[in-house]
Amino acid sequence: MRTALLSAAAGVGLCIAGTALTLAQSASQSQPGGASLRPVGSFSNITNQRDRSVALFNEMGKVLTHPRCMNCHPAADRPRQGDIRKLHEPLVVRGKDGHGAAGLHCSACHGKQNFDPARIPGDGHWALAPASMAWEGKAVAQICEQLKDQNRNGSRDLAALVRHVTTDTLVLWAWHPGRGREPAPGTAAEFGALMQAWADTGAACPAS
Amino acid sequence: MVSLKVNGTTHNLDIDEETPLLWAIRDNIGLTGTKFGCGIAQCGACTVFVDGQAQRSCVTPVSAVAGSEITTIEGLAGKEAEAVQAAWTSRDVPQCGYCQSGQVMSAIALLKENKKPTDRDIDLAMNGNICRCATYVRIRAAIHDAARALEI
Amino acid sequence: MTAHDPKLSRRSLLTGAGALVIGFHLPRAARAQSGAGAAYRPGGNAAFAPNAFIRVAPDSTVTVLVKHIEFGQGPFTGLATLAAEEMDAAWSQMRAEHSPADVKLYANLLFGVQGTGGSTAIANSWEQMRKAGAAARVMLVQAAASAWKVPAGEITVSEGIISHASGKKGSFGEFAEAAAKLPVPENPPLKPASAYKLIGKEGAVKRLDSADKARGKAQFTIDIHAPNMLTVVVARPPRFGGKVASFDAADTLEVKGVVDVKQIGSGVAVYANGMWPALKGREVLKVTWDESEAEKRGSAELIAEYRKLAHEPGTVAGSHGDAEAALAKADKVIEAEFVFPYLAHAPMEPLDGYLEWDGQQALARFGSQFQTTEHQTIATILGLPLEKVSLETMLAGGSFGRRAQVSQHLAAELAMAAKAIGPNRPVKVVWTREDDLAGGYYRPLFVHRLRGAVKDGKIVAWANHIVGQSFFLGTPFEAMVVKNGIDATAVEGANEIFYEVPDFRCEVHNPKVGVPTLWWRSVGHTHTGYAVECFVDELLQAAGQDPLQGRLAMMGDKHTRAAAVLRAVGEMANWKGPGPVDGRARGVAVVESFSSFVAQIAEVSMGPDGEPKVHKVWCAVDCGVAVNPDVIRAQMEGGIGFGLGHALYGEITLDQGRPVQTNFHEYRSLRIHEMPEVEVKIIASTAAPTGVGEPGVPPIGPAVANALAALGHGRPRQLPVKGGTV
Repeated sequence: MRTALLSAAAGVGLCIAGTALTLAQSASQSQPGGASLRPVGSFSNITNQRDRSVALFNEMGKVLTHPRCMNCHPAADRPRQGDIRKLHEPLVVRGKDGHGAAGLHCSACHGKQNFDPARIPGDGHWALAPASMAWEGKAVAQICEQLKDQNRNGSRDLAALVRHVTTDTLVLWAWHPGRGREPAPGTAAEFGALMQAWADTGAACPAS
Repeated sequence: MVSLKVNGTTHNLDIDEETPLLWAIRDNIGLTGTKFGCGIAQCGACTVFVDGQAQRSCVTPVSAVAGSEITTIEGLAGKEAEAVQAAWTSRDVPQCGYCQSGQVMSAIALLKENKKPTDRDIDLAMNGNICRCATYVRIRAAIHDAARALEI
Repeated sequence: MTAHDPKLSRRSLLTGAGALVIGFHLPRAARAQSGAGAAYRPGGNAAFAPNAFIRVAPDSTVTVLVKHIEFGQGPFTGLATLAAEEMDAAWSQMRAEHSPADVKLYANLLFGVQGTGGSTAIANSWEQMRKAGAAARVMLVQAAASAWKVPAGEITVSEGIISHASGKKGSFGEFAEAAAKLPVPENPPLKPASAYKLIGKEGAVKRLDSADKARGKAQFTIDIHAPNMLTVVVARPPRFGGKVASFDAADTLEVKGVVDVKQIGSGVAVYANGMWPALKGREVLKVTWDESEAEKRGSAELIAEYRKLAHEPGTVAGSHGDAEAALAKADKVIEAEFVFPYLAHAPMEPLDGYLEWDGQQALARFGSQFQTTEHQTIATILGLPLEKVSLETMLAGGSFGRRAQVSQHLAAELAMAAKAIGPNRPVKVVWTREDDLAGGYYRPLFVHRLRGAVKDGKIVAWANHIVGQSFFLGTPFEAMVVKNGIDATAVEGANEIFYEVPDFRCEVHNPKVGVPTLWWRSVGHTHTGYAVECFVDELLQAAGQDPLQGRLAMMGDKHTRAAAVLRAVGEMANWKGPGPVDGRARGVAVVESFSSFVAQIAEVSMGPDGEPKVHKVWCAVDCGVAVNPDVIRAQMEGGIGFGLGHALYGEITLDQGRPVQTNFHEYRSLRIHEMPEVEVKIIASTAAPTGVGEPGVPPIGPAVANALAALGHGRPRQLPVKGGTV
């Protein structure tokens, strides 16, 4: 699983190179219709650094538990879809590398970009999160611990995590999910800033 | 102008770049074995191979596959295709037959990746293809037949 | 070029030197038939009307002209089997094509007009096609006898080879031309069943259409292309009964590929060079709808109204004894109300049609299920005499009743679309899946309110109030099915039941609702089968009886065929009661529909996700003589899958009159992992064959429901069991 994840990450790097400009342009905006995120600055009145870190993560939790993220971080093998989070039809599963079962890969339907006429979302590496990153059914505190755990997060340190959420096209997709889907709260840039601030304040997790 | 390579032949088409591959194949190139069933990747009737991978042509804009090798049911070749189509015929799988191009494409895609699929493997590969006649019992049996034929 | 290449098909009807054509049809049309052979003009004759069922080509291929539309249920194979049997043809030489629309030659003997439905193809053609085959054989044999100068009685035919003890041998093709000059025998003898080589023989016959369908070669209406052809999509009113008030096509006409926009009777038609520009054009079309007369009630309102009606006296559809009196004095009245949603047929190939005309004559090509009325509709709209309009029936990607249009709305839309754009612009009208699901003509929403009583282990009283729309009252088809104000298709299977109940009553209400409805695979039995077979199970449970033995006991000796399939399915499944055993329970149901008898046992468990899982279905069917056993098995398998998918997931909901489900992501269809294993037993019979296209459907819903009851979940009172996804 670890190897698969790393190789997938390498693939991501290549994807990003090609679309960096688009991403840079869009990171500060997002598809209309989503909820907002509190800006990092609004947390500065929390003087206790640990408390501020926890508060920052709780704010990030609005994104992490949003259908755009949660649907493809399922507890079991099958993703959910839509704002109402129904089980994905057809029945698709993580498969051996997160890209679906033999004969029915994610890419059978999900292209490199959203296809709005049919309301099909897409990305260069549409995939399910690995089982180690299952968030479904978990409290924000548990997700926080899981996110930091390098045994489960693809061996990412905090800097790598921030880089991941600010550059991975599939993460950034959450703010441009296409027609018929509500974008994740705020903007990718705001979320990245929250995470950076959370890391800078000691990456504390809420009490579970 | 979009350039599509379908079954080894390149077609230059003066169509909107957003046009789904399905309609380019059917209306502009004139290959009608690939079928329209839903237009939203729910039924699988439009399945083609893009660079060897099964893909729903109804949600694939032509702009995304310019330069790719596209194979429709008319352009199938190889032992998996032969085994699957022979099994489909000998089992009398089709009823109305309309979805069967897509079923056959998905079955071939499965067998190319998995030489000896279990019933569960068949479920996971084939459940993206709806058959309103519900020929599923025979689809399953025919895939097992084809897998056995490929062993020999 | 394939066997189904439309151009080749039509050409081959006109050409083919030395071919033999055999016509055999209604006795009253016998005069017309006598010259069938002579009327055929080898070399082609544009005026030639192929008034025949059998055509033998010089290469010995035998083509059967099939008047019933092939949409999967197997008439091509079935009717060819009947002809081949009597001709002693080799199966490999058999072909099948649709006959043209011609009511004089090709009327369904049970309808009086050309049409397919009610699972009648084999029943209708059982005598007709065998006689056509037998006549062909007599003429070929006579031709050989004359050529060889031997008595016809000394000639044998086997596997398509005509031979004589002297060693002379010949093929059908060699004698086709000579045979065509002979008189057609009036009443050729038919084989005894003991001599059958194809009929009822396992493995003797394979479907004629499998190879093409496995290779994407079968030609459907949607596959038609013609020079200068326009693809047409129509913007139709979002509520039933809505009309176009006005429209603005300015943006539509800007879309590259869009050619024109016209208002037609059914809405606003967008004409384009291909489907995608047509769809893009329709997307930006601005239509204002006049909904003053539109139906605005939703499913919830209709169900509430129907429930009220179910408590009021209706039209009596069946009665013996005095059910109300018996219920009044019963210790306990058991009551159950079942609600059935609107259902779409959703054939894989959405509705479509092709039409070309030049102002003088027209050719329509589509999956026509009622050729006679559709032919007339097209001629009327185009203002042409009937004989100037040809209708070619195409293979259709499923129907399930959807193409059997009482209103002929598709044929009408096709003709209107062609007429609006003018002559010499062939049109192909295509519906999308969204058009299909929002397009009405649903299986009507129904409510059944049942009351019953048991005493001393027996069911002593039964009363059923049925409420639902009739799709026949007020239509040209009314005379066919409506008797004494009762639409038989609304009560079939409920106004008479297998079970001997001393006091019985069935009443029906047919409220007027502005939602177009239509028969749906197995018609009234889609709901009556469920209501009756769930309720009898519930009453038997209350009476302390085994579901299977209890049913048999109540059938007396009047329903021997129903009892036989029930016993057979019990043996197949090794029935020992409903269980559950190891978390799996079994439910049983038996339904007669279209004169065929089908009993099923379903083995069911409840999945962790709260969805029933149907593991296995045993199915026993008695459809008289089993012409093609494997086609019968296929229809049972398919019928079970179709019935199960809708019982579990299928529902069209109306919200203030608007259909909610728009595509398969919301109108959930059974998928392969939800399909149970199926075991079919065909009861041996010498009775005339009856249909199999529909009868596999009705028992599966109640069989699953009865198993769910045994699992402790009760029999679902409202279908679908699980619901779709909206």
